Amino acid sequence: MSAVIESHGHDDHHHGPAKGLTRWLYTTNHKDIGSLYLWFSFAMFLIGGVMALVIRAELFQPGMQIVEPEFYNQMLTLHGLIMVFGAVMPAFVGLANWLIPMMVGAPDMALPRMNNLSFWILPFAFFILLSSLFMEGGAPNFGWTFYAPLSTTYAPPSVTFFIFSVHIMGASSIMGSINVIVTIMNMRAPGMTLMKMPLFVWSWLITAYLLIAVMPVLAGAVTMMLMDIHFGTSFFNAAGGGDPVLFQHIFWFFGHPEVYIMILPAFGIASHIIETFSRKQLFGYSSMVWAMASIAILSFVVWAHHMFTVGLPLAAELFFMWATMLIAVPTGVKVFNWVTTMFKGSITYETPMLFAIAFVVLFTIGGFSGLMLAITPADFQYHDTYFVVAHFHYVLVPGSVFSIMAAVYYWIPKWTGNMYDERLGKLHFWLSFTGVNITFFPQHFIGLAGMPRRYPDYALQFADWNAISSVGAFLFGASQILFLFIVLKTVMGGKKATPQVWEGSRGLEWTVDSPAPYHTFTTPPKVSL
Amino acid sequence: MSYQKYYVPEQSKYPIYLAIALFLLVMGAAGTINDLGKTESNSAYILYSGLAAFGATLYFWFRAVIREHIAGLDSAQLQQSFVFGMAWFIFSEVMFFAAFFGALFYVRNFSVPWLGGEGEKGLANMLWQGFESSWPVMSTPDAGSAYVLADKNMSWPGWGKALMWLPLWNTIVLLSSSVTVHFAHLALKNDNKKSFNRWLGVTVALALFFVGLQALEYYEAYAHYGLTLNSGIYGSTFFMLTGFHGFHVMMGGLMLAIMLSRSVLYNHFDPHNHFGFEAASWYWHFVDVVWVMLFLFVYIL
Repeated sequence: MSAVIESHGHDDHHHGPAKGLTRWLYTTNHKDIGSLYLWFSFAMFLIGGVMALVIRAELFQPGMQIVEPEFYNQMLTLHGLIMVFGAVMPAFVGLANWLIPMMVGAPDMALPRMNNLSFWILPFAFFILLSSLFMEGGAPNFGWTFYAPLSTTYAPPSVTFFIFSVHIMGASSIMGSINVIVTIMNMRAPGMTLMKMPLFVWSWLITAYLLIAVMPVLAGAVTMMLMDIHFGTSFFNAAGGGDPVLFQHIFWFFGHPEVYIMILPAFGIASHIIETFSRKQLFGYSSMVWAMASIAILSFVVWAHHMFTVGLPLAAELFFMWATMLIAVPTGVKVFNWVTTMFKGSITYETPMLFAIAFVVLFTIGGFSGLMLAITPADFQYHDTYFVVAHFHYVLVPGSVFSIMAAVYYWIPKWTGNMYDERLGKLHFWLSFTGVNITFFPQHFIGLAGMPRRYPDYALQFADWNAISSVGAFLFGASQILFLFIVLKTVMGGKKATPQVWEGSRGLEWTVDSPAPYHTFTTPPKVSL
Repeated sequence: MSYQKYYVPEQSKYPIYLAIALFLLVMGAAGTINDLGKTESNSAYILYSGLAAFGATLYFWFRAVIREHIAGLDSAQLQQSFVFGMAWFIFSEVMFFAAFFGALFYVRNFSVPWLGGEGEKGLANMLWQGFESSWPVMSTPDAGSAYVLADKNMSWPGWGKALMWLPLWNTIVLLSSSVTVHFAHLALKNDNKKSFNRWLGVTVALALFFVGLQALEYYEAYAHYGLTLNSGIYGSTFFMLTGFHGFHVMMGGLMLAIMLSRSVLYNHFDPHNHFGFEAASWYWHFVDVVWVMLFLFVYIL
């Protein structure tokens, strides 16, 4: 896609950012809000990461060495909740804020004040969640999936605070998604038809739709919990005619689209980066769009594959098995398209490309273990073992998280005007790549050998692989300090970036200066293909 | 091509105030609920201050948006953003109700029959062997002291008693209000503000009437039927579905009342320029559709 800019950036009514703290508190600027989201997400990534290291430190050896089992459960729960709702989702929203208005040629997000509200809810929500660590009875300890009755009958009192923090996180997500959809539907520059939109924009349009569809269902689930705990209802209590399995159905009706919410924007990012560094047009643009849409639609009818061992009717097990396997088709389309894009390309391996290639390979590994888990009879063996942990960490860490890092390296010259340090970037990549595989690959083995997830202790035969996994986790964790250093160094200075930044980059965001002016596209550019 | 600038306010204090208000609101709510039954608790004050801050911030925020509109700052494109935004907000509300309707579907078709020994997972009956499946289920599998069982339910009483049946009147009132709000809309489009105010006033009155009937029904349920949140899964689904619907009726009624006062006091809205009202009326129609679903699946079937 080539774009012609008619006029922009010469508007004397607009000023730069306000001075001082109020710039961040009162801002309506999509770039400021994007930066807030990204920094918040990184802070949560470090906090959730430290919790993961507490878990891995405890699991370094069999037996209980470092923490009490009760505290281990709290770490496990908060690690999951923080990484999902505090790190990965806000990072993608931050990228959406930075990029979507620039990619579609809009002056800002469609509803700028609501955009600021969506962000500022998050620090309060996570303050509430983290403060539960200091409450009587401790923080939530029932796992990030908060299955009833663990999260109702047997929950610590802090569960009430957890419920309300989930409520406002959901409100934040819904408002953020409405903003994204309205921006994309209403604010595209003239000439940018839907099928000319950059794939990151497409991926977020679909993601935002999923978010608006399922976050309210999560709100419903936690509301039923609240009523069961405090007001005597029996939704999740068989003694009153309800069913704890009902909780799992509602939760995973939210939860399965939720995991695609955390991967679809990554698909968009990978498409841009692979295209740029292969110096070729992306192979199969329209099939990429249809694949993402199909994945999104299918995500609504596969939820019970998380519940095969709970005692579902046979027909349900069969249906959810086949429906789940169907997802491999559009996902395969995407992977083949990325590979075909690279085929015979003039590839160079800058840091974003390294992360993007690792994303394709390692996400595919996570996808294949997902296929194994989708086979109902086989899942009776794998269910709730470390094999599941290995599976979803492969799609989330070298999947989602790598794509976020790739995006940061790819677009940070546009954000700051400075090139990052390529040598350090590559070092960060190789350390992360090594660390992530040492951490999670052995978990396939201990899972298949039968080690259950979520326990603070394990039988002796799992000791070796657990020790190795813990070493990998600390390597991965430590290398993220390097990431922080690289980002700060780039913000402070470095080689000046050109507007185009990369030789092969295409799209409207590469037509404006680096760093991008505080206000871009106050009059819409004209887009031609 | 002529182009109207898209209005982006330089800065705004409302979002951060609203975020703080929400924080107080949920901290206060969680604290109050956790302290239920304790004599000493100050959480309720946090809750009230949160509510007050929430209402006040929304008031000033909406006032600012209305003033910007009157000053002509918002282009046609920005107004279109509000239209899309409202539509997607209503979609999110639909999905919120979907969770509760889904729960109702599941307990009626799966969990209660299974507990009663029917169907593929009828094995569950061995937990409480005397339990028989029916709907509306008037007993609970475990008949212990945790539950206070109801004597009567809210379902269709048969043609003979139909006219004495509150939900039928609720339905008539709410469906009529959807018609009257539509008449108000038509009147506005015909530039008949007097008729608009009148029909909108009737709609708000019907909304109040509905809430009154609903309160009466809840009173009946608690005082005379013994039907409470605590009478097992029928009471749980009944009160949560009708309760959230009732809450949405109050919100929708409040929106309409605000639109009425804007029209009467400040002479807002003209035939081509009334999305504030239109958004509230969309919301009202949505609430009405939810009621039709409730009437079918909670009361009749």
